[in-house]
Amino acid sequence: MKSSLALRTWAILWKDLLIELRTKQSFSAMVFFAALVLFLFGFAIGPDTATLSRLGGGLLWIAIAFTGMLSLGRTFQSEEVAGGLDGLRMYPGEIRAIYLGKLLANFSMLVVLEVVLVPVASVLLQLEPWGRFPLFVGITLLGTFGFSVIGTFYASLTQHLRARELMLPLLLFPALVPVFLGAVNGTTLALAGDPLDRIGGWIRLLISFDIIFFVVCVWIYPLVLEE
Amino acid sequence: MTITDLPQPNPGRARLLGTATLLVVAAGSAAGLFLVPADALQGEVQRLLYVHVPAAWLAMLSFFVVFVMSVLYLIQRDPKWDLLAVSAAEIGIVFTALALVLGSLWGKPTWGVWWTWDPRLTTTAIMLMIYVGYLVVRSFADDPEKRARWSAIIGIIGFVDVPIVYLSVLWWRTLHQPPSSPRSMAGEFVYVLLLNVAAFTLLYVYLMLRRYRLAVAERHVEELRLTRDDGRIT
Repeated sequence: MKSSLALRTWAILWKDLLIELRTKQSFSAMVFFAALVLFLFGFAIGPDTATLSRLGGGLLWIAIAFTGMLSLGRTFQSEEVAGGLDGLRMYPGEIRAIYLGKLLANFSMLVVLEVVLVPVASVLLQLEPWGRFPLFVGITLLGTFGFSVIGTFYASLTQHLRARELMLPLLLFPALVPVFLGAVNGTTLALAGDPLDRIGGWIRLLISFDIIFFVVCVWIYPLVLEE
Repeated sequence: MTITDLPQPNPGRARLLGTATLLVVAAGSAAGLFLVPADALQGEVQRLLYVHVPAAWLAMLSFFVVFVMSVLYLIQRDPKWDLLAVSAAEIGIVFTALALVLGSLWGKPTWGVWWTWDPRLTTTAIMLMIYVGYLVVRSFADDPEKRARWSAIIGIIGFVDVPIVYLSVLWWRTLHQPPSSPRSMAGEFVYVLLLNVAAFTLLYVYLMLRRYRLAVAERHVEELRLTRDDGRIT
């Protein structure tokens, strides 16, 4: 039964992705919402391209964070129909697989969103991510993973609360400050060039945050789902 | 475990502690206001230090207590740890807000601005938001056991997060004020500061006793309401 954790994780991940693939319920809405946020930035900041591209890293991450927030809320709500979560919980094996599966599903959804969003943002905000593309991709993946680790955890914790739509961002955004700072500054340096070589510090911060909270969240997750 | 066997602090001893606290706080304030001379460079406004630093200390102490109580609750599932954790969280929030306001009052004449993105200042504000989230979650959870469990988890995550938030903001703003340490201050100032820290710590213990008593009473009321509503469609 050693592989049961990986198998169950894979089963939950595949189930969520399959639902999304067949219904395309939230993905298209997410893409349009993210693009809409970018347009709002344009209206708020003005059409000056130099300003927009200077702020590009931050704007991109606010768009990702807001859109990701909306999709996190849906992660566990989809299990409320016909006692889906109770069903998942009653399967034999490690309960952490529910968290891991949902985490990977959220992460994959956000990565696919970014694949669409980054070209759109690079056109609208005049960003040039192609120059140091591997670095840009690496930072984006690390930031997205950190977001998904805490986000999935708190989405599960707030699922049964009243006013959960309000509670999730209230808990999540303060906890995500290190991810946000690391991702925004890393992205900005990857976009605009890094003459003082400061990007390494931000990458280390993101890696440490991801590892620490991945371990903590996986470790204490069974306490969240206890009945 | 029923709520009625929760341990209660002795009211007589609590009152005694309250009187002692009042005296020490009064002595600390008098010393800070009148005994030591004003700072040569910053003037009278520097006296805020004698309340600002103890308030910030209590904020840290409280959130550490929240963390310890949360861990104890999750291990032993004794409601008293949960009630102590929420007491510490509320007191921590009050003193975090106090430290922020006092820092802001000091910052205006000294730095010329009410707010600056100084790492400690920014981290304190984020810490305030993390623990406000802790309290709001409690108010939105109806079941006492789940409320205790979920908020204990948030208490642990928050405590792990605060140092990382501090480091990240520190890297973001490499320009920062070095914190006051006994080495950067003259002798008499240190004694007055330590007296005030001791006074605030006593105050903390007293407030904890009071708030815990109130938390126990609240749980009694809640329990009565739950049993009264049993078997009734609400």
